Amino acid sequence: MRPTVLIVVLVALLVPQLGGADSGADLYLQSCVTCHGRGGSGVPPGGKHFGPPLQGVGAQAADFYLTTGYMPVQRADQEPVRKSSPFSDAELRSLVQFIGSFGGPPVPHPRPERGSVSEGLELFTANCAGCHQVAAEGGLVVGGTAPTLADSTPIQIAEAVRIGPYLMPRFTRKQLDDRQVDSIIRYVQLAQHPDDRGGWGIGHLGPIPEGLVAWLIAGAALVGVAAVIGGRAP
Amino acid sequence: MIRRATRFLDERAGAAPFLRKALRYVFPDHWSFLLGEIALYSFVVLVLTGIYLTLFFEPSLKDTVYHGSYEPLQGQKMSEAYRSVVDISFKVNAGLLIRQTHHWAADVFVVAIVLHLLRVFFTGAFRKPRDYSVVMSVPIVGASLAVLVWGAGYPGIPSFEGRMYIAHVFLLPIAIAVLLSLHLLLVVARHHTQFPGPKRTERRVVGLPMVPGYVPRTLGLALAVAAVLVLLGGLVQINPIWQWGPYSVANGTNGAQPDWYLGWLIGALRLMPGFDVTIGDYTLVPNPFWGGVLFPMLVFAFLFAWPTIERRRTDDRDVHNLLDHPSDMSWRTAVGASVFSFVAVVFLAGSMDRIAVSVGVPYTWQIWIFRAGLLVVPPLVFVVTRRICSELSERKWSEVEPSMARE
Ligand code: HEC
Ligand code: HEC
Repeated sequence: MRPTVLIVVLVALLVPQLGGADSGADLYLQSCVTCHGRGGSGVPPGGKHFGPPLQGVGAQAADFYLTTGYMPVQRADQEPVRKSSPFSDAELRSLVQFIGSFGGPPVPHPRPERGSVSEGLELFTANCAGCHQVAAEGGLVVGGTAPTLADSTPIQIAEAVRIGPYLMPRFTRKQLDDRQVDSIIRYVQLAQHPDDRGGWGIGHLGPIPEGLVAWLIAGAALVGVAAVIGGRAP
Repeated sequence: MIRRATRFLDERAGAAPFLRKALRYVFPDHWSFLLGEIALYSFVVLVLTGIYLTLFFEPSLKDTVYHGSYEPLQGQKMSEAYRSVVDISFKVNAGLLIRQTHHWAADVFVVAIVLHLLRVFFTGAFRKPRDYSVVMSVPIVGASLAVLVWGAGYPGIPSFEGRMYIAHVFLLPIAIAVLLSLHLLLVVARHHTQFPGPKRTERRVVGLPMVPGYVPRTLGLALAVAAVLVLLGGLVQINPIWQWGPYSVANGTNGAQPDWYLGWLIGALRLMPGFDVTIGDYTLVPNPFWGGVLFPMLVFAFLFAWPTIERRRTDDRDVHNLLDHPSDMSWRTAVGASVFSFVAVVFLAGSMDRIAVSVGVPYTWQIWIFRAGLLVVPPLVFVVTRRICSELSERKWSEVEPSMARE
């Protein structure tokens, strides 16, 4: 008799939760509504909680902000940063579907294999390197940080280009068509695994780590040699 | 062997008196005296690798299209100069190794010069009769910086143009070589300095003779310098220009920086409050002048004027062949340490943007933190250094002669 009671209790506890996890609307009410309002109508700034309307941003923006872990943010007045998402894959899908139902562009399907890495390098230097640094290591921009693209997936890159998250500009299809975005993705993939023929890449940041190596490795080694072969008594 | 060789030279060139003197030249022995030699040998590596590179470098800004082996640059428009550096990196035998060794040699050369400068400053090696060697070294540093600045093809800045190239590979290196030789001649003519010690006096040098003591050791140091530089050249990537892509005026990359030895100028530009000197609408002195020109000029002027300042203060006009222990000269050591700490803070401020990204301290806070650091750190360093020096030297004297410490 005991086991049956236990099972009944367990089922009673689990069923509503399973049901909740399946429903994007419920997840939205739990985690997003404070800042984005009922039905994605948005909450104007002023209080502690605010956020833009989500009507019309589409599954594209929802997928980007959720898979990067940008959303949910803790504080509405700070730049969202990449982190692992608190949601399971199934929960992500249902949330994306729910926000997509407000209308807007779908999740893009980039095909980087169509792109050219050489064109990608050119387009990336022209359009993105000013913020994300030429090797996609990220950097400081006025008012925030352009993150490294080390962990960005092809879909996230294609989404970011069209959304223009936070300080990033939005690129229309006229400015960069889908083929060009494919090329950019090819290039970012190269930058994630660069061709370091010269040896240890020391962060692909140029002179700052190079100076550290010159002082802390070469300088230290040579002073060490001098100390060994030179006299030490004053 | 040596005897036969010297006889040969003597009979053909009458070199005996000179050789006898040279072979008997005595080198005082202290590790810190080797810092200048490290700089010298880095310079030698710099020149040797540079000669190899000139065989393949194309100093031309003419447009060309890349059709080499590196896929990501395929079909891109670039200058001949850039293409030739990519080819040196990927096509020429040992090209990348030599190119990277060349660049590391430049970076380490300046590190060694700075260390040597600190050594000369803190031991009082600049005093009469060597004050003119110090004056000599200013053009050496100037010429070196010029050659390095024109050589560095860092991202976002076009590297060479014909005339600058001649200066980089020919005129300035020869000028530096000549100045370095003069510097060494002056050192030899006035003889090396030494730390005071048993049997060492102003007139008597104790140390290693040229042969067999000094020559093998300095050759060993030369090989060690070459080894470190070639190892870095082979193992640690520096300025991978194929990753930066061809330069174009419109496309800068975030975080473009000059090589490390200009970091202090970047720092000064960033910390300097934003004001210029204007007359009506006309800007007489634009803001970058303060950080980029006036600040380094003041630092060099300080170094240049220091022997005079010190002579004024101590009224010491004697000839000095014995060095000071930094702790015995607490005033000089403290002033020097505090000035160098000032420069070091400015230097660190040159990487504020990277600090903001990696550590997360907002840039605007950092500006104020570093500015406050400039006001707080140097005086603090002055006081602390002075304290440490007097304690050290007091302890030393009380060990030598307990009664003297009381005085
Ligand atoms: C603490 C308040 C807050 C919470 C909670 C929050 N958001 Fe946001 N959200 C914001 C702010 C502020 C922005 C604008 C930030 C930006 O532009 O990058 C934003 C932007 C977005 C965008 C992009 C809108 C656009 O215009 O492209 C999406 C999509 C989004 N949030 C989805 C969500 C989802 C889904 C959740 C729940 C899991 C959520 N947010 C929770 C504050 C919040
Ligand atoms: C004005 C500066 C700027 C430019 C130009 C820019 N970005 Fe961004 N980018 C940003 C910022 C800032 C963020 C972070 C957004 C946030 O935190 O919500 C970002 C985020 C991204 C992300 C998400 C990174 C992550 O965390 O995974 C990708 C991908 C991206 N950008 C790609 C690009 C590409 C591709 C281009 C060129 C077509 C580009 N960006 C141009 C500033 C910029």
